[in-house]
Amino acid sequence: MTGRKKLVIDPAWCKGCGICAAFCPKNALEIAGEKVRLKEGGECVACGACEMRCPDYALWLEDLEE
Amino acid sequence: MPSELVHKYLRIDHLPHIWCAGCGNGIIMRDVAVALQELIDDPEVPVSRDKTVVVSGIGCSSRAAGYLDFDSIHTTHGRAIAFATGIKFARPDLEVIVLTGDGDCSAIGGNHLIHAARRNIGLTVVTFNNDIYGMTGGQYSPTTPTGDKATTAPYGNLDRPFDIAQLAAGAGATFTARGSAYHARETTELIKQGILHKGFSLIDVYSVCPTYYGRKNGRGGPVEMLQWQKEHMVPAATYYAMSEEARRDKTLVGVLTHTENPEYTEQYAALVERVRAQSGK
Ligand SMILES: Cc1ncc(C[n+]2csc(CCOP(=O)(O)OP(=O)(O)O)c2C)c(N)n1
Ligand code: SF4
Ligand code: SF4
Ligand code: SF4
Repeated sequence: MTGRKKLVIDPAWCKGCGICAAFCPKNALEIAGEKVRLKEGGECVACGACEMRCPDYALWLEDLEE
Repeated sequence: MPSELVHKYLRIDHLPHIWCAGCGNGIIMRDVAVALQELIDDPEVPVSRDKTVVVSGIGCSSRAAGYLDFDSIHTTHGRAIAFATGIKFARPDLEVIVLTGDGDCSAIGGNHLIHAARRNIGLTVVTFNNDIYGMTGGQYSPTTPTGDKATTAPYGNLDRPFDIAQLAAGAGATFTARGSAYHARETTELIKQGILHKGFSLIDVYSVCPTYYGRKNGRGGPVEMLQWQKEHMVPAATYYAMSEEARRDKTLVGVLTHTENPEYTEQYAALVERVRAQSGK
């Protein structure tokens, strides 16, 4: 946990391809109704792997407010 | 509000893009944006946004020039490198980046590719290589592997494929590398190296087209296609640590060739100097 970033999801741009969920090292994401979401109790460690491979820029890391 | 990168370097009024769900083009376009952002933000490096030009041809992948918020031109099919050559020749101070498909760059545009490489003109070419013509409905391209299926090869492709990076290196390119949609971070680094290299650079990036190539060849959807890249393509550090036996069915993600040779627009400037001095003007 870096503690300094948080994951933001914008389902509007998500095309439901499943790439982010397939390669999330913590298996924290799922696709429901063709849109991505954080699993219930999903533990995102803000590694950025999903942002790096999302072809539609529908999720990304943002700095946490201090 | 999308991520800072997307907000800053992509034309968000044109997003979401038209590419299919899971198309590798979106990943590779982001790699190009990150590479440029990191170079622009680096005070040690002379790359700036207003001296960067993005040029593409026609194809699904070539749409990237329209989405990237730089001075960009979306030209005609196969001619991206020709337009880019003109821009670089007129303004050698510009960083000229060509985004092109395997068809755009190695079929109709193959002659431009080999001659730009032969001249070693300072362009950076990034191929979005999906082994097929995506935009026009899945016809085979010069990189379609032998035996694979396409709209125009329903019983399997007879041709042997080009390795675009090898083709460019053989023609005289002084920097060639291979990336993949899965290996986004490594590919971003290779694009940065290609941009910083003086001379003709080509980064051949294996993309995925789940809609045509994947479907016609039973390769599954985008996740399965990226999983294949994860398993069969190996970043340099790991690749070179592997035994020759283990490497046999693996493809290197990394620099393929890197040599130094005079760059074309510099030679041209020197020629102008020499002729002026001779004629006393
Ligand atoms: C002169 C000319 N010939 C043919 C076409 C039709 N055409 C458009 S895109 C394309 C090929 C696209 O394949 P590729 O360059 O690999 O890009 P992709 O769509 O796969 O990203 C063709 C043949 C054209 N637009 N112009
Ligand atoms: S940031 Fe990393 S851990 Fe969090 S959802 Fe994305 S891939 Fe998973
Ligand atoms: S990778 Fe992007 S587009 Fe694909 S499912 Fe995840 S968020 Fe949606
Ligand atoms: S047809 Fe293929 S290359 Fe074109 S947008 Fe769809 S997946 Fe991408």
